[in-house]
Amino acid sequence: MATILPRKDVVIIGLGWTGAILAHELTEERLEVVAIERGPWRDTATDFNIGYAQDELRYAIRRDLFLQPVVEAMTMRNNTSQTALPMRDYGSFLPGNGVGGAGVHWNGHTWRFWDSDFRIVDHLNERYGPGRGADLTLQNWGITAEEIEGSYDRFEYLAGISGKAGNLKGQIQEGGNPFEDPRSRDYPLPPMQMTYAPTLFAEVTKSIGLHPFPTPSANLSQSYINPLGIAMGQCTMCGFCERFGCANYSKSSAQTTVLPVLMKKRNFEVRTNSEVLHIDLDVSKTRARGVTYVNTSGEEFFQPADLVLLCAYGLHNVRLMMLSGIGPIYDPNTGEGTVGRNYCYQTNSSAQVFFDDKNFNPFIAAGALGQTVDDFNGDAFDHGPLDFVGGAGVNCIPTNGRPIQTRPTPPNTPRWGSAWKQATVQAYKATLGFSSQGSSYPARGNYLDLDPTYTDRFGRPLLRVTFDFPDNDIRMSAYVTSRMEDIAKAFGGRQYVMSPRKKGWDSVPYQSTHNTGGAIMGADPNTSAVNKYLQSWDVPNVFVVGASAFAHNAGKNPTGTVGALAFHTADAIRQQYLRNPGQPLVSV
Amino acid sequence: MESHCLKRPTRRQFLSSVAFTVLAGSSGPVLARSISGSLPWEARSADPPVQVRPGGWLFFTPEEAETVEAIADRLVPADELSIGGKEAGCAVYIDRQLVGSFGTSSRLYTKGPFMPGLPTQGYQAPDTPAERYRTGLAAFNAWTRDNKGGRRFAELSPDDQDATLGDLEAGKITLSNDVDAKSFFNLVLSNVMEGFFADPIYGGNRDMASWKMLGFPGARYDYRDHVTKHNQPYPLPPVSIAGSMEWMSR
Repeated sequence: MATILPRKDVVIIGLGWTGAILAHELTEERLEVVAIERGPWRDTATDFNIGYAQDELRYAIRRDLFLQPVVEAMTMRNNTSQTALPMRDYGSFLPGNGVGGAGVHWNGHTWRFWDSDFRIVDHLNERYGPGRGADLTLQNWGITAEEIEGSYDRFEYLAGISGKAGNLKGQIQEGGNPFEDPRSRDYPLPPMQMTYAPTLFAEVTKSIGLHPFPTPSANLSQSYINPLGIAMGQCTMCGFCERFGCANYSKSSAQTTVLPVLMKKRNFEVRTNSEVLHIDLDVSKTRARGVTYVNTSGEEFFQPADLVLLCAYGLHNVRLMMLSGIGPIYDPNTGEGTVGRNYCYQTNSSAQVFFDDKNFNPFIAAGALGQTVDDFNGDAFDHGPLDFVGGAGVNCIPTNGRPIQTRPTPPNTPRWGSAWKQATVQAYKATLGFSSQGSSYPARGNYLDLDPTYTDRFGRPLLRVTFDFPDNDIRMSAYVTSRMEDIAKAFGGRQYVMSPRKKGWDSVPYQSTHNTGGAIMGADPNTSAVNKYLQSWDVPNVFVVGASAFAHNAGKNPTGTVGALAFHTADAIRQQYLRNPGQPLVSV
Repeated sequence: MESHCLKRPTRRQFLSSVAFTVLAGSSGPVLARSISGSLPWEARSADPPVQVRPGGWLFFTPEEAETVEAIADRLVPADELSIGGKEAGCAVYIDRQLVGSFGTSSRLYTKGPFMPGLPTQGYQAPDTPAERYRTGLAAFNAWTRDNKGGRRFAELSPDDQDATLGDLEAGKITLSNDVDAKSFFNLVLSNVMEGFFADPIYGGNRDMASWKMLGFPGARYDYRDHVTKHNQPYPLPPVSIAGSMEWMSR
């Protein structure tokens, strides 16, 4: 039997980016807030210690900071004709674990999605007439870029993002991204100093008429004090970003931007190493009573609360909704049901250029230190004559020279022996890589549900991921990859190699931890799980915050939008919901 | 603090109370806890890695160790670019990994049912890396005994070893006990490369041999003075988490 604990105003599931932002905002309303976090407490000095943070084996290969499959795995298949099997080790994507979540070990690319994303169906109809993307299940998000601009701004200033505005209140700015939507002010910090490879990429792409700009980065170009009064240091470009915690307080995370203030508040508490099993509903199934969780000794607790915020990783949000009976589970046969719908990923490809006479010093790097061109992203280019919708950002962001994983060699190089060694040494410093990060658009057969066979350590069904790259996205990626080949040729290296995206999503090689959808936002409760404020249509005292709310994924990293949605939700709760708790903010 | 929430033992308490094997990320049993009112930093609660010392084998039998050292010395041969995989300590590295979380798959999802999967679904067999080394090495040495005049792999000439490894890599060799030649080769290859390129504290990459070979400066953390020196060699030698040879007293 679960021990019943004293009531709280708010219970937050997961203390990563979104949980920390919402906890800070709601404790400002003097609410009693408790966060329940499955993983351990983590702080910079202890867990990302400068004395041993730069350990590729421990953090990048054995993945000490990540969710371990023994704690929670997922099953996968490419389509419903296959039997899903568990990913016994995570490979294609790597969910986070512990306080700070995946925000601890991200690279730091911090993008805004565009109005043409949020209003994708309307936008495509307006520009091209009806019928574009008919083989997809594209949906409007229920918001506009203008509506969420202030929330993006707040996240960028909280996190101290380094970048260059491309569009200030409608005025295009030289050196920024000319394709972005209007922003109210510039980034809080200037762009990072560029290393050699992105500098060359900017020269080459500019020479062929493209519009390179510095990638907006959560690796800080200068020291910074954020609006909460928390100080961060300048990035030292050590080249240990993605998969690592930053030892230098230079990469934005909950640890470096929120927790030092949040943790001092008497009306906030976090319970770590405590896993929420489900959200408890009342008999009407329209109101959450609180959550049931288990600690490391296997003891169960019931935490009553008036408001439940689901702030875990997007995929875990979706699974917890299903395990709790919140919303109807999506059925790909009928297209009905909302939870599990519009699961999307990222459609990437890459290019390598091998040189004889260049030294890129690949180890001088940061996770988001680089240059991007958005000329082929989203709907920045005319799709009129093309047989697809969507696009990709093309990025030259050499993140590291860590030698277990980063040892490029030309094709047909042996994998071992003296010839392997010679080629490896020659190419290590003299190779430039760049990649496309492509949009992932929803299709009827790509979805999340509960696995019928495999269970976790508590006997609960694992999440089942059914996904393959839609034909539209493969055509998109082929188009962008051929534009990348134009760039690769223009570099004039000894040799270039293109790695296009192919059908048949493979769960083994790492691709991207940008899993989106499954509890999407929208204006219609028949086709979305949460309303435009991320409030559950079915259980209005539950909000589901994260990339689970994305109705599709753009050709951009999701964290900027995840952070903006957290502020957007916080505003809705503070300004509207608390006046009339328990009521839907959008009536149908 | 609520009564159900126990305090995490400090690293020191953990060290003194549990006999443990030193490996990457050997973190202690972490208990649920409640934190409120302050940042809960504690002295001596960090979890640094512990230096692997060569000498003796924790997992391999002497014959297994001899075979792995011989394989490592062909995958990473000694030449003008670096010392060989055996001297670099790759077998010591693998030996220590196989008695830890990697070898026992203790972090992975190991619940059944086990079913053959599609290539996109990844490794689906129940065998742990430790079990795969044990059966794989036995089958490999049995194969060389049967096909190479009764000799173990380590007793073959370097050219013969290279040819045999090439056949193993290509799946041209059929091993006993249903050991898949290609997959066994790939496991050993990836582990040898890990050992050769990881920080030397894990037992391979002796004297940072691979880092010197590549020009990778290792665990340095501040490149601000070189970031705009485009296309110019970085001047400083590598350092390990444990420091640098130049820092040691002689």
